[in-house]
Amino acid sequence: MNANTSSNVAPVTNIEQNFIPQDAAAKAMVSTMRKQRLQDFLFHKITLFFALSVLLVLVGIIISLMIGAWPAFKEFGPAFITTVEWDPVNDQYGALIAIVGTLATSLIALLIAFPVSFGIALFLTEICPSALRKPLGTAVELLAGIPSIIYGMWGLFIFAPLFADYAQPFLNKTLGQLPVVGALFSGPMMGIGILTAGLILAVMIIPFISSVMRDVFEIVPAVLKESAYGLGCTQWEVVRKIVLPYTKNGVVGGIMLGLGRALGETMAVTFVIGNAHQLSWSLFAPGNSIASTLANEFAEAESKLHVSSLFALGLILFVITFIVLSAAKLMLMGLARKEGTKS
Amino acid sequence: MNPVYRKRLWRHRFGIALSVGAMAIGLLVLAWILLTLVIKGASALGPAIFTEMTPAPGSEGGGLLNPIVGSLLLVGAATLISTPIGILAGIYLAEYGEESWLAQVTRFVTDIMLSAPSIVIGLFVYAVYVANVKHFSGWAGTFAISLIAIPVVVRTTDNMLKLVPNSLREAAFSLGAPRWKVAMMVRLRAVKAGVVTGVLLAVARISGETAPLLFTALNNQFFSADMNKPLANLPVVIFQFAMSPYDDWRALAWGGALLITFSVLGLNVLSRTLFSQKVPN
Repeated sequence: MNANTSSNVAPVTNIEQNFIPQDAAAKAMVSTMRKQRLQDFLFHKITLFFALSVLLVLVGIIISLMIGAWPAFKEFGPAFITTVEWDPVNDQYGALIAIVGTLATSLIALLIAFPVSFGIALFLTEICPSALRKPLGTAVELLAGIPSIIYGMWGLFIFAPLFADYAQPFLNKTLGQLPVVGALFSGPMMGIGILTAGLILAVMIIPFISSVMRDVFEIVPAVLKESAYGLGCTQWEVVRKIVLPYTKNGVVGGIMLGLGRALGETMAVTFVIGNAHQLSWSLFAPGNSIASTLANEFAEAESKLHVSSLFALGLILFVITFIVLSAAKLMLMGLARKEGTKS
Repeated sequence: MNPVYRKRLWRHRFGIALSVGAMAIGLLVLAWILLTLVIKGASALGPAIFTEMTPAPGSEGGGLLNPIVGSLLLVGAATLISTPIGILAGIYLAEYGEESWLAQVTRFVTDIMLSAPSIVIGLFVYAVYVANVKHFSGWAGTFAISLIAIPVVVRTTDNMLKLVPNSLREAAFSLGAPRWKVAMMVRLRAVKAGVVTGVLLAVARISGETAPLLFTALNNQFFSADMNKPLANLPVVIFQFAMSPYDDWRALAWGGALLITFSVLGLNVLSRTLFSQKVPN
C-alpha cells in the first residue's frame, strides 16, 4: 500500500480518501484495508473491555460489600470492630473475636512459616545438588496445589489428635510454666484451636513464601557471593550477610504475600479452629476467624442484621488483605526495578 | 583450630542443618498428606463412587456420582468462560497496554485478585447474583470460580506474550498483517504451550475451591445437571460429609478428597512438563 501513496505524502490515515481506485483489484484492496482497520479497532476495544472488566470486578466487590455491610455499620457504628459479643440469638454482633482470631492464626503461621521457608529457599538455591533441584522444588510447590479443604480434613482427623496427645501436653509442661507466656500454652488440650489453625496455615503458606524467596535469592549477582567466598566466608555467612541483606525487600514482600494468603484462608481454618465465639488468652482454646465465621454462618443466617454483619466481616477481611497484598506487591516491584534489565 | 574459626564453622554447620531440616519438614508433610489420602481414600474408591448417588444420612453404600458430574459442569463452564476473557485481557496488557498507566494498574489489581480471599468472591457473587434471583444455582458457582480463574489466565498470558521476540511481530507487520492477526495468529500462537499452562493452572486452582461455592452453588442431594438449580459439587460435599457424624459419609469424603487432590496435583505436574518442553526459558 505504500507504493500507492508514494507520489502523495498524505498521512497514513488518509490513504483511502486520496487513493482513487483504478481497477477491480485495487477496489478490493481498499475494501480489505477498511475491513482490517475496523477489525483492528474492534479487537483493540474488545481486549480493552476485558482488561477493564478485571478492574471493574474489584470495584464491584468493594461496592457490593459496602452496600451489604451498611445496615450493620449503621446499627453498631465503629464500635462494631471493638465489640466482643457475637450473638445471633439476640441479634447483637461485634467483630473483635473474628478479627483477633484471624490475626492470631496468621501471625502464628508467619512465625513458623518464615524460618522454614527460608531454610527451604536456602536449600534449593545454595545447597541442593542441581540434579535434585527441580524435583524437590516441584514437590514443595505441590504443597501449594493441595486444596484448602484437604488440609482441613488432614488437620482435623490426623494432625489434631496427635497434636492433642503429644505436642500440647509437652508445650504445656515446658512453655506453659513460664511466667508471662504461660497463659498462652495452658487450657483445654483438644487438638483443635487457634494454635492448630496457625500450624496448618503455616504449612499452606510455606510454598508461597519459599517460592518468592527462591526467586529473589537467585537474582543476587554471582560476583557478590564469589567475593565473599574469596574473603573466606562460610556458606552460612554468605547467605546471612550477603544474600539476605541484598534481597531484604523481596523477602519481606514474600512474607507479606504469605500473610495475605493466611488471612483469607477459609476451609482449612474452618475445620480446625473449633468455631467458638469466645476470646481467650490460651492458644489451645477454640476460636473463630473472619473467614471461618462466614463459611459457617452465611448460608444459614436468617436475620437481616446477621447477614449484614457477616458482610461487614467480609469487608474488613477484604480491606486488610488488600492492604497487605498491596504492600507485598509494591515491595516486590521495587525489587524487580532493582533487577533492572535482567527480566 | 583457631577458636574463632571453630565458632564460625559450627555456626555454618548449624545453619545448613536447619536448612536441610526445613526442606525435610516440607517433604515429610507432603508425603504425610498424600499417604493419608491414599490410605483413607483407597477403601472408598471403587466403581460405586462413579456410578451411585450420594447416600442419605446414615444409610450404607452410595457414591459420589452427582457431585462429580456437578464439579465437572462447574469447572468446565468456568474454564470456557474464563479462558477467552483471560486471554483477551492478557493480550491487551501485552499488546496495547505495555507499560502504560492503565496496564500497570490492571496488572497490580490482577495480582491482588490472585491472592484475594476466595470467600469474599463468594460473598460478592451472592450479593450481585444469588440475592437478586433469590436462589442458589450452578451458574452462581460458575460465576464465582470464573472470577478466581480469570486473573490466573490473564497474568500467565501477559507474561508469556512478553517472551515473544519483537522481530517475529515486525516480520508479520512487514508482510502487511493487521495488528489483530499479528496478536492472535503470530504472537499468541508462538506461546501456545505457555498459555495452555496458564489455563491448566487455573483449572487446577478452581477444582479444589470450596469457600466460594458454599453460598453460590450450595449443594444438591439429588442428581441434577440443571445449572439454574443448586448443584452438587465435590468440594462442598466433601466438607459436608467430613463434618458429619456418619462413618459412611466420612469414608466417602476421604474418597472424594483422594480424587480431587490427585486430579489437581496431576494437572499441576502436567502443566509443568508441558511448559518446560515447549517454551525454553
